[in-house]
Amino acid sequence: MSGSITFSSVQSIRGSLMVIRTNGKLGYEELVEIELENGEKRLGRSLQVSEDIAVVEVFEGTQGLSPRDVKVRFLGRPLELPVSNELLGRIFDGLGRPIDGMPEPVGVEELDINGKILNPYKREYPDEFIQTGVSVIDGMLSMVRGQKLPIFSGSGLPHDMLAAQIARQATIAKGEEFAVVFAAIGVPADTAMFFRRELEESGALKRSVLFLNLAEDPAVERIVTPRVALTAAEYLAFEEGYHVLAILTDMTNYGEALREISMMREEVPSRRGYPGYLYTDLATIFERSGRITGRKGSLTQLPILSMPADDITHPIPDLTAYITEGQIVLSKDLYHKGVYPPVNVLMSLSRLMKDGVGEGKTRADHKELSDQLYNSYSKAMDVRSLAEIVGEEGIPESSKKYLQFADAFENKFMKQDPYENRDIDTTLNLAWDVLSILPESAWTNISEKSKKVYLSVVQKRSI
Amino acid sequence: MKVKGKITEVKGTVVKASNVSGIQMNEMVRVGELGLVGEVVRVEGDSAYVQVYEFTTGLKPGEPVEGLGSPLSVTLAPGIVGNIYDGLQRPLSTIEGYSIFRGYTAEAVDVNKAWHFFPVIKPGVKVEGGEKIGYVEETELIRHYIMVPPGVKGNLTYVAPEGEYKVNDSVAEVQNGEKQSISMLQKWSVRVPRPIKRRLVASEPLITGQRVIDAFFPLAKGGSAAVPGGFGTGKTVLLHQMASWANSRVVVYVGCGERGNEMVELLKTFPKLNDPISGKPIMQKSIMIANTSNMPVAAREASVYVGITLAEYYRDMGYDSLMLADSTSRWAEALREISGRLEEIPAEEGYPSYLASRIASFYERAGYVETLSGDYGSVSIIGAVSPPGGDFTEPVTTHTLRYVKAFWLLDPNLAYSRHYPAVNWISSYSSYVEPLSDWWGFNVSKEFETMRRQALDILFKEESLRNIVRLLGPEVLPEDEKLLLEAANMLREGFLKQSAYHEVDRYTPPLIQYYLLKLILTFYERAKEKLKGGATVEEIRSSPLYLEVIRARFNVKSKEDFEALMKKVMEF
Ligand SMILES: Nc1ncnc2c1ncn2[C@@H]1O[C@H](COP(=O)(O)OP(=O)(O)O)[C@@H](O)[C@H]1O
Ligand SMILES: [Mg+2]
Repeated sequence: MSGSITFSSVQSIRGSLMVIRTNGKLGYEELVEIELENGEKRLGRSLQVSEDIAVVEVFEGTQGLSPRDVKVRFLGRPLELPVSNELLGRIFDGLGRPIDGMPEPVGVEELDINGKILNPYKREYPDEFIQTGVSVIDGMLSMVRGQKLPIFSGSGLPHDMLAAQIARQATIAKGEEFAVVFAAIGVPADTAMFFRRELEESGALKRSVLFLNLAEDPAVERIVTPRVALTAAEYLAFEEGYHVLAILTDMTNYGEALREISMMREEVPSRRGYPGYLYTDLATIFERSGRITGRKGSLTQLPILSMPADDITHPIPDLTAYITEGQIVLSKDLYHKGVYPPVNVLMSLSRLMKDGVGEGKTRADHKELSDQLYNSYSKAMDVRSLAEIVGEEGIPESSKKYLQFADAFENKFMKQDPYENRDIDTTLNLAWDVLSILPESAWTNISEKSKKVYLSVVQKRSI
Repeated sequence: MKVKGKITEVKGTVVKASNVSGIQMNEMVRVGELGLVGEVVRVEGDSAYVQVYEFTTGLKPGEPVEGLGSPLSVTLAPGIVGNIYDGLQRPLSTIEGYSIFRGYTAEAVDVNKAWHFFPVIKPGVKVEGGEKIGYVEETELIRHYIMVPPGVKGNLTYVAPEGEYKVNDSVAEVQNGEKQSISMLQKWSVRVPRPIKRRLVASEPLITGQRVIDAFFPLAKGGSAAVPGGFGTGKTVLLHQMASWANSRVVVYVGCGERGNEMVELLKTFPKLNDPISGKPIMQKSIMIANTSNMPVAAREASVYVGITLAEYYRDMGYDSLMLADSTSRWAEALREISGRLEEIPAEEGYPSYLASRIASFYERAGYVETLSGDYGSVSIIGAVSPPGGDFTEPVTTHTLRYVKAFWLLDPNLAYSRHYPAVNWISSYSSYVEPLSDWWGFNVSKEFETMRRQALDILFKEESLRNIVRLLGPEVLPEDEKLLLEAANMLREGFLKQSAYHEVDRYTPPLIQYYLLKLILTFYERAKEKLKGGATVEEIRSSPLYLEVIRARFNVKSKEDFEALMKKVMEF
């Protein structure tokens, strides 16, 4: 490696990009080290290379750089992260350098942060139910090991609280605990502190790795942070056999950093100034999850992103949902009504739920119950908006039950304490309770069999 | 002669090479020390731009570029069916380890496997491209005909006797000036449609077992259709359902820029699902092509052409092929990305100006045809479209809707309320209704076409009544209109909705589709009479029979089931 080290000079600087002279010695996406006169060093990576020059993005930004006063060294390799299980319990910056005052961990391997292309043929279909203890998730948006399921949120909503609750409570049938990889991407320091404290208090910190790119850190670095974190996560999952939960927050900041660089490169924008390759780029992050045939661990992703102006059609949430295996959408309305977790269930979806629930996994009535809750709650929403227009008198007697049902669904089934951990039986029994408000003629999704087996149990319980 | 040059520039996956005079447009090349696969996308003087199909990290100016002398082609031979390939037809099942490494090469089929060949023709006759020489049993479902490659013609001087042969062994010889040996393996350039004798008018339905499609917005064998829908509206599930149940002989499923786990789902379910007609696992008629979203973008562009060419090849044997592409938007985005790197002048939303013509010529490859050998075969194409922001006015959706002959628009509001498949019955369209109505009349029931109209009529009326209800509440409606709303509700709940995951509901043969429609419409007729006799709509809705008719889609499996329930309805 060291043989390829060459010094070079800078031609021009523009935004966080630099054009440097290379004489063809720099490869595409290879690293350069930029040394300032005062000895400070920064890292950069080539975005385009030709026979004499290259365009380089500087992760720490170009502030204070002057073409004449810097030296550039070619490192002859892409950006890598040294990995080993010594990563656990440690805190790093957004480029993967320790910031907890302890020495650099000894890596057993140096891995390219772009990861490898997982062969779809070697994937194992994710179907192991994760009990999060949160009724609305376990009952209607069930997660499985290896799923990528983001939380779509807005400012002032309790997405951090919910993510932390999931990280704290998530158990898998066999009771194996998650190792948590946390990546802060352009979030305020107190958000990072909150997660750190939550992990510490639940005793999970020693099974966690934190990568922090905070709001005040350079934006270009954000391009790298989720990749560094996922490199660690993949290693822990597929080489060390951990079940890993990766929390990435906030992916909107990532998308904005990508747009910034694209604009500096004067690329043709597609929607709202975002580059045409936003989908592909996000996919190279979110697809780094799952299970692999013959490997013990799993990598579950729980990215968090704020929807700009609460707009789910904004390119970042939109393209994310095109890639991830569902989405948990939080609702301001419900939150203002005092419902935690305020999940807009109709807009939310867990695509991998179907194979993770049912007989032998959760309970035989789970799927039908969940379908029925969706079906009835969506009818109830129609009735509710009608009642807002014509008043309760204007709606037929038979529809009024739907209003009661909706209230019970939100306040009994969905609402729970951030520290309340409900098992799946409790959740499903609650579902029967709220469903029983409606007449049986409305239960289009419930089979006679489920009625026989489970309804009687619930009715007995409530006497 | 192979052209050799060197890299002068690397920008994403586009590489500029110099000193390559003589290289041809669309020629395949090997790039760099790793031998990455690429295709020439622009030639300028003695320089060329190469679209590399793999990630280019670490590539340096000065590294070699070598032309391979032929365009991107597929291998056509026994052993394709049941396989999963990447976008360049490299098999994914034979790669060591769990990741795909760069510069990977492998034969598309096992060249060492011996196949039992049966000749069907004797030497001494004149043959032309397309003529069948013999066959091997590729799977229990596919008799794979070995054909004279298109373009070859002359006297058949030799046909191998029945016996075991490998794909590269000669099984026939054609003499025309010089002797040409024919093996069981052919190559075909993916961007060139395979020749046919003539196009015919499609008149047979592609039965998918999906009620809203077969009954209301059908597709003909050899037809083209698109499924536009925002995320989560059910495109992939619908395509998986088609792949599983459609009555085509061969299915080519192209996962183009979508999730890896969705391909795994196919791999997991296909060997276990049985074809409704033959009873054999559908894996035996399926070919999968995976360029998942984390795989390099350029191969995404190629993957749909690889898929369509394979579908055409089986069509040429006289089969009905079905090609499914999820999602064509990712293919269009790949075009955009390549175009951007080449600094072409963009048209709408950054897409190149040739987007529309590319989409048109892709769907043009669908068709019901007479093959070169005089058989009838078809390629049907169904493409998912993923509009950003669910906006159907964006370029890929608008251009696609111009060229397909049926489209099933997926409605986010239906999806939010878990009405699946979320096909909007007001705005979806099929131009095949008319040409296929005879088929339903002959094979299912003469009254089917009338019932279909009645049902749609109820749904259209519901739509206009709903606008009133939304403003004034249902109480303002007279009883007969309230009853119409109930009939519409029964059609939605009992016919249009169809669960992909329910053992019975997921596939409904045409006759049962007719039964279900008949039950609902008859119930409605009976209810109208009861209403005249003084009953209220509330009484009708809360009768157990109402729920039983709605739930018939889970329970009615046979004529007996139908007749038993029909009796109750008549007595209602
Ligand atoms: N026919 C169906 N039956 C049951 N569920 C369905 C059906 N179609 C779609 N779904 C549900 O909708 C989800 C999203 O469907 P999918 O086809 O993946 O959407 P898209 O490809 O449009 O993003 C599925 O995970 C499943 O839960
Ligand atoms: Mg999909």
